[in-house]
Amino acid sequence: MSAFVALDAVSHSYGGAGGTLAVEGLTISVERGEFAAVVGPSGCGKSTLMKLATGLQFPFKGTVQVAGTLVTQPVKIAGMAFQAPTLLPWRTTLENLLLPLEIVEPHRSRIRRQKSEYVTRAEKLLASVGLDGQGDKFPWELSGGMQMRASLCRALIHEPQLLMLDEPFAALDAFTREELWCVIRDLHAASKITVVLVTHDLREAVFLADRIFVMSARPGRVLAERKVDLPRPRDLEVTFKPEFQSIVHELREHIVRARQ
Amino acid sequence: MSQALSVRLAPWLYTLVLLVIWEVAVHLFRIPEFFLPPPTSVGRAIYDYWPAIYRNSLITLWSTMVGFALAVGFGLLLGLLIGWSRTIYAGLYPLMVGFNAIPKVAVVPILVLWFGIGFMPAMLTAFLISFFPIVVNVATGLATIEPELEDVLKALGASKLDIMRKVGIPRSLPYFFGSLKVAITLAFVGSVVSESVASNNGIGNLMLQAQAQFLVPLIFAGLVALAVEGIVMYWAMAVLERRMTSWAHRSGFAQA
Repeated sequence: MSAFVALDAVSHSYGGAGGTLAVEGLTISVERGEFAAVVGPSGCGKSTLMKLATGLQFPFKGTVQVAGTLVTQPVKIAGMAFQAPTLLPWRTTLENLLLPLEIVEPHRSRIRRQKSEYVTRAEKLLASVGLDGQGDKFPWELSGGMQMRASLCRALIHEPQLLMLDEPFAALDAFTREELWCVIRDLHAASKITVVLVTHDLREAVFLADRIFVMSARPGRVLAERKVDLPRPRDLEVTFKPEFQSIVHELREHIVRARQ
Repeated sequence: MSQALSVRLAPWLYTLVLLVIWEVAVHLFRIPEFFLPPPTSVGRAIYDYWPAIYRNSLITLWSTMVGFALAVGFGLLLGLLIGWSRTIYAGLYPLMVGFNAIPKVAVVPILVLWFGIGFMPAMLTAFLISFFPIVVNVATGLATIEPELEDVLKALGASKLDIMRKVGIPRSLPYFFGSLKVAITLAFVGSVVSESVASNNGIGNLMLQAQAQFLVPLIFAGLVALAVEGIVMYWAMAVLERRMTSWAHRSGFAQA
């Protein structure tokens, strides 16, 4: 199978087989290096998708594969970021970035001896999202947008091959959100990492993604799959072009139908 | 006068004003001394009975502090255990609530039955009354870890112990140190209650004897001694809290 992330006819429910289905017959495949977005009405099982793809939950029907292997345990080559930055307030921003390295192998056993190398790596990463020199500040000294940037860095510090984003910009104001779109766009362009973005925001999905999956209301299934061919690198200006608008419009139609 | 200086002086000034009002009221309304002694008589009693007050204060302080120390150790341990597992939480929580609802005065006779009078029942009552808030606070700190953060770490292969060490325990520290302030004042209540029922020593016993001999100013002197001890220990806990978890104050974390 060539897909990097592949969900095949996956059904999953919470509270055992008798519970309500969160997703049913969900099939999604994302290629290596691709930027995929998943959109859908609230409660369509988008967060379940996150958990399935990172090995925090296992489907009772169907299979989940990441990087060619069946997911039977947490997927350590994945990084995750959520709407809440969830930075630890007792650690500086830099120490927050180092947290995943204290957990995941092989860094876990190295971090004590090679601290300075890792610190350099974290500082570089901070600089790449426009947070140069902010590492010594505590999270509460940063603005919401800056905290989100730091949270992205934390997701990327162990150089994952897959980045899972669950509505990462939902809590930010419109201008900060667009700034962060560009941050993500550049990170993706620079590293060729595979990204799965779960979002409510159709413009965000169209601006960032190569491929968009529209999910139905619970139990979640894929209603439509749409490739976005807008040339890269994309500028924010593209969001005002008619071809951009028409894709957004098309997706909106799907969502409206899904909500009925 | 600068703002900072007036804030520093305010507690002393307010206390002084309260004492003056008390003194004046007693004289103005001709309240008899055996009903409510004026602060001057209480001060006089403190001076007259200083050796007894001093000795008994130390005894009360000792049993309170030993009970409190036990409560800290035991409360921390139980709190971590309860926060660790949902099953343990579900199993122990109703038991603890029920136990906490029992008036500790009612337990003193049982403690006397087991351990005799004096230090043991006072110390144990202080312990029993003060461990509950510590347990609840530590468990709360652990139970309110953001699920997203837990997911991030679990996906990296973090064990339960990793999550506890990196997130749970540091996170529950502000709750823990906050609970010490509540617990230490409760511990005094426990030891004094026990002393006034089952001891030949301590401030509780001193007040009981003063009552029997109708030395009303001495009863109040005992109250003052307790208040002073309580304030000093509370203040010490507050300083400890600020020292250990200053990040929580600056980030507005867990501000109840």
